[in-house]
Amino acid sequence: MRVPAVLNVNGTPHAVELDPHMSLLDAVRDVIGLTGSKEGCDDSECGACMMLLDGKPVNSCSYLAMQADGREVTTVEGLAKGDELVPLQRAFLEQGGVQCGFCTPGMLISATALLRTNPDPSEDDVRIALSGNLCRCTGYGGIVRAVRDVARAEEPV
Amino acid sequence: MTRTFTSAITLEDALAALGSGARPVAGGTDLVVGARQGKAPLPDAIVAIDRIEALGGIVADDDGLRLGALATHDEIVASAVIRGRFTALADASAIVGSHATRAHGTIGGNVMNASPAMDTGGPLLCFDASAILRSGSKERRVPLGDLWTGPGATIADPGELLVWIQMPSPEPTTGSAYVRLEYRRQMEIAVVGATAVVRVDAGSVTDARVAVTALAPTIRRVPEAEAALVGSDGGDEPVAAAARAAAAGSSPITDVRGSAGYRSAMAEVITRRAIVAALARARGQHVPIPASAATIAVTPGAIR
Repeated sequence: MRVPAVLNVNGTPHAVELDPHMSLLDAVRDVIGLTGSKEGCDDSECGACMMLLDGKPVNSCSYLAMQADGREVTTVEGLAKGDELVPLQRAFLEQGGVQCGFCTPGMLISATALLRTNPDPSEDDVRIALSGNLCRCTGYGGIVRAVRDVARAEEPV
Repeated sequence: MTRTFTSAITLEDALAALGSGARPVAGGTDLVVGARQGKAPLPDAIVAIDRIEALGGIVADDDGLRLGALATHDEIVASAVIRGRFTALADASAIVGSHATRAHGTIGGNVMNASPAMDTGGPLLCFDASAILRSGSKERRVPLGDLWTGPGATIADPGELLVWIQMPSPEPTTGSAYVRLEYRRQMEIAVVGATAVVRVDAGSVTDARVAVTALAPTIRRVPEAEAALVGSDGGDEPVAAAARAAAAGSSPITDVRGSAGYRSAMAEVITRRAIVAALARARGQHVPIPASAATIAVTPGAIR
């Protein structure tokens, strides 16, 4: 049986009907069609699926879509303003924080959540906060530098 | 069977749903992951309890501390009372999962999931916490030591819901710490863990609680380790004796995260670190939260 729900994703309400067992990640990717968020492990280990739920980070592969009914969901597609990247996204490009790109949507969301609660994180703060997000390409150096650059620039995230 | 999902707004709604066979979900951080890993399929009938206001909140008063079942790990870590007087619990909640887990994962879910590796279990046990379980018609209070019966198992009936957790306030000269051995700094489960809660008066240990995590089918206290500390000056020798007793009182398994032999060896190390940190806090010295990171001399981030 499918159950009606309203998923507010990046400011747009979507009236959907969902299997109660469907994950938030599957609902956003397969029902709504926003494929920026990735499925890596499907087990809450890698963070590639990370979104913001009412402003707080969530591993959307492990969260029932029905629980997000009426709440505000932000995915990587919701960060940029039109074609204009936010400072964090630009910093990822400038610092070599992106290689294959698979972890990037989750990394950006995770770092956004960090910077909203801790606008001036130390390198250790950044490494700890992003330890729930696995990257197999960059070695993390560029990612950490990018987050630190944005924090020091004092621009809004 | 048809799959159903309801989101309860009141406790009464939730209890009615449980009474007719639905299973509860709060933060979802264990239930869905457990299903993905094949531990148990998702229930056909699910009742979400995360919007029930009466189940939230952290209240500290003369009677002690009361944690609503929906108190998140983030809220626990942010509580000044918990950081100050129930510090080991803050140590534990600060390292559960990642910041995504701590934003949504609840203390009620953590306790009722009954993992022998859960971080908050040892501190709650050592603080004499009890679970308040409610069903449609009645309520009962169960000490956590009686609640857990094995990995993933509790004495709660299917129709019962954990509504809050309560514990008395420790004496003012008490210090506490929770330390775990971990391979990764987030999204990690304790390889082994240890909790120490010690009271120090006039230079002498007058009360001690020691519990081991991921070292037995349930989290449990080790009376021999506690006895080694009480009446001592909390010096190196009694601390070492207590740590050895904790290791001897463990019955670890071999799994993907460690062999039984390795766990036994590390039980002594981790228990010693927890006791040392708890004693330091009891003596008024500053040990940062979480103690797990603070008690390791060289952290990975310190190597450049």
